[in-house]
Amino acid sequence: MTAFPEESFVTPDGRTIGGVMMEMRNITLRFGGVIAIKDISFDIREGEIRAIIGPNGAGKSSMLNVISGFYNPQEGDVLFHGKKRPPMRPYQVARQGIARTFQNIALFDGMSVLDNIMTGRLTHMKTGLLEQAIWWGKAEREEVANRRKVEEIIDFLEIEHIRKTPVGRLPYGLKKRVELARALAAEPKILLLDEPMAGMNVEEKEDMCRFILDVNDEFGTTIALIEHDMGVVMDLSDRVVVMDYGKKIGDGTPDEVRASKEVIDAYLGVAHD
Amino acid sequence: MASTAQAAGELASIPRILARNAAHYGDRPAYREKDLGIWQAWTWAEAAAEIEALALGFMTLGAQPGDKIAIIGRNRPALYWAMISAQMVGAVPVPLYQDAVGDEIAFVLEHCEARFVVAGDQEQVDKMVDVKDSLRHLEHIIYLDPRGLRKYDHQHLTAYTELQNKGRDARDAFQPEIKRRTDALGYDDTCVMLYTSGTTGRPKGVVLSNRNIIETAKNSAEFDHLRQSEEILAYLPMAWVGDFIFSVGQAMWCGFCVNCPESADTMMTDMREIGPTYYFAPPRVFEAKLTSVMIRMEDAGRFKRWLFKRYMAVAHRVGPAILDGKPVSGGDRMAYRLGEIFVYGPLKNTLGLSRVRVGYTAGEAIGPEIFDFYRSLGINLKQLYGQTEASVFITQQRDGEVFSDTVGTPTPGVELRIDDATREVFYRSPGVFVEYYRNAESTASTKDAEGWVATGDAGFIDPESGHLRIIDRAKDVGEMADGRLFAPKYVENKLKFYPDILEVVVFGNGRDRCTAFINIDLTAVGNWAERNNIAYGSYQELAGHPKVLDTIQSHVEEVNASLANDAMLSGCQIHRFLVLHKELDADDGELTRTRKVRRRIIEEKFADLIAGLYDGSEKVSTVTEVTYEDGRKGSISATLELRDAKVYPTENRMAAE
Repeated sequence: MTAFPEESFVTPDGRTIGGVMMEMRNITLRFGGVIAIKDISFDIREGEIRAIIGPNGAGKSSMLNVISGFYNPQEGDVLFHGKKRPPMRPYQVARQGIARTFQNIALFDGMSVLDNIMTGRLTHMKTGLLEQAIWWGKAEREEVANRRKVEEIIDFLEIEHIRKTPVGRLPYGLKKRVELARALAAEPKILLLDEPMAGMNVEEKEDMCRFILDVNDEFGTTIALIEHDMGVVMDLSDRVVVMDYGKKIGDGTPDEVRASKEVIDAYLGVAHD
Repeated sequence: MASTAQAAGELASIPRILARNAAHYGDRPAYREKDLGIWQAWTWAEAAAEIEALALGFMTLGAQPGDKIAIIGRNRPALYWAMISAQMVGAVPVPLYQDAVGDEIAFVLEHCEARFVVAGDQEQVDKMVDVKDSLRHLEHIIYLDPRGLRKYDHQHLTAYTELQNKGRDARDAFQPEIKRRTDALGYDDTCVMLYTSGTTGRPKGVVLSNRNIIETAKNSAEFDHLRQSEEILAYLPMAWVGDFIFSVGQAMWCGFCVNCPESADTMMTDMREIGPTYYFAPPRVFEAKLTSVMIRMEDAGRFKRWLFKRYMAVAHRVGPAILDGKPVSGGDRMAYRLGEIFVYGPLKNTLGLSRVRVGYTAGEAIGPEIFDFYRSLGINLKQLYGQTEASVFITQQRDGEVFSDTVGTPTPGVELRIDDATREVFYRSPGVFVEYYRNAESTASTKDAEGWVATGDAGFIDPESGHLRIIDRAKDVGEMADGRLFAPKYVENKLKFYPDILEVVVFGNGRDRCTAFINIDLTAVGNWAERNNIAYGSYQELAGHPKVLDTIQSHVEEVNASLANDAMLSGCQIHRFLVLHKELDADDGELTRTRKVRRRIIEEKFADLIAGLYDGSEKVSTVTEVTYEDGRKGSISATLELRDAKVYPTENRMAAE
């Protein structure tokens, strides 16, 4: 049903979309008696922007938590690069190249923007506690290299002016951007964004859209995002999964999804006569 | 004359001065730029190598003597280098204002027939790509920051570093030709072409020769004893003549270091880190800094506020006198020294002004309170008067002879003349421009056969100090219906000295009374609103708030009272005013890019509001078109309240009645 070619191809705007990177196969997730996700299958391809949408309580965030390995589904498998992924601890997921941002900002308020982003480099640091405490030789070189990477991200996201500002003093829109910076600092292969534009004004949303597109374009990062703003989703994403009450009710390009009767019914409601 | 002859022989062009700097102080820092959070430095020798590589790159593109190479972007060492590289291949650099929009850029590029453009980043490249098809001469665009440009069609597009690499590879083929062209540059060849923003009509390309730039740089550097050890911050538009003189002319002549901030937003931090010793800023920058200090002091604890108030009073009383080396009592000196430890020192450090040895402001009148504030802290802030056509300097204030209401005495080498009838100021100097590019008519109307140039400003020599005082633009000075003098800018400046007021436009030429449009300062008034628990959603809403209008009215009335005491200008008292529903903006054509008011355009655009001010209506509804930063257009509608202000009888009139 998707208008997407099966094999890797180049989009009209010059991005390369490769083969399947991650596949959800018949995922079911229950919390006690509540079925949060019911038998959902879809895939995420290399280099694409994949959106997950749906009304409140549809199970979007749960889905993202399954992808990030935070929840282990009772049924079904997550395949990463064609291989079945065993249940993992969050740090193991991070090492695989998966990074995320949160719906409710989860930064260290008392630390500076720079230090917050540096924490995103943790998986790239090899030196031990003692070496870092003495901070000589290898540890110093490593920190300089990591700091350089972080500065490149600061430059990329245009937050030079708040480099040394404690995060707690920043307005909401900038905090969101710092969170994105921290996720990017891990140099992820796949980036999960949980409502990156919630609570933003139009200008902040436009900025954020531009950064998401730039990240995808510049680094070729695969992005999976949850978002409520339909305009944003339709403009931004290559393909969309639509969820309602834990079930998948649509999957395809924005145009296909927009035309689907089931999706319209879920969003606008159905007349009962 | 000996030095002139010598200069003409050896140092007759910027590339030759560069060669001297590289040879004599090759390992001293010439340029710094903060990149990825760290200050990167280039010595004179390194900079010379970079500049030569780019010049060679221009040769691979086929640059010819006399070509124009446009440069657009924020202040970055690489863009300054591009200007000198252009000169090395015999071409003429044409820096453009980085916030100029599409058709302004198209006009300038077409007028100067630019073959190449060096653009700072994607934003500037996009503008060039938009207008390229309509231009007959533009061949190639060179960009500095590659971000976002990877997928652009590179047929007419090359990265700066790539062009340098191509140049280095072709060094053997082109080096002798570059040397020949550089050696051929004479004192009367064109150094740079700068387009003036122009308060009316299309911008004019001011042609400045090597003589203009080098002589001016030399005279003004000697006047202020500028040395090789100076540090300056390059943050003003590269297309502005002042930046060219400070960051290229004087920097080259003296061999001092030019520091480029990381971005416009990080200016304050970068300035603190660098601590410039020679600093120029337009009055509004000093004003904004003072406003932010005052706002922060109001939020400080009681003890700090007391300390600040106590020692600022001391500084206000004796600071300027100490700075000018005048006698001051021992007790006051002691108190001032304590103040330096508790207040002035830390404050100057926060503002990044700790090391300023010579500071200048110009462009607009500066409020006496603002000027005195900085001087009382011990900062040697002075005023100068200049324009593009003079390669900046016409008059400047000498150390120890500084007044807030004058602009100083003529810079060495400048002759001054004031027309008796019109009061217009004329000057003649080695810095006087060659011509307006391809505009003989304007050249002839500005510069006469003997080399005297009309400034367009009316002024007089202050009999007490011997300094020049500027009243207003000569063409704006008019007469009111009853023959009294009308000097709008004088009144506007008086009003703009209030921190609440950002911009004022006064009307009244040929009419029986004066009226005014006022823009509030959103930072200052917004802070006031917050403290007084007044909610507002937008500029427009705050501007229409009755309490804001009351405050502005009290300012207008205070100014009227002070004008009433001035026999010459008492006719300019403001009878009615309104607070505009939008900020005057260069994107809408209401201000020039250097933020000067364009009266004619404002008069046309807001004709309905002016009519309202004169027919006595209390409210006027209007719709105004606005242009957004990306060039899209929209409109805002508003109903404005028009208010009467109290005017005061003048002594003259009382005598007549």
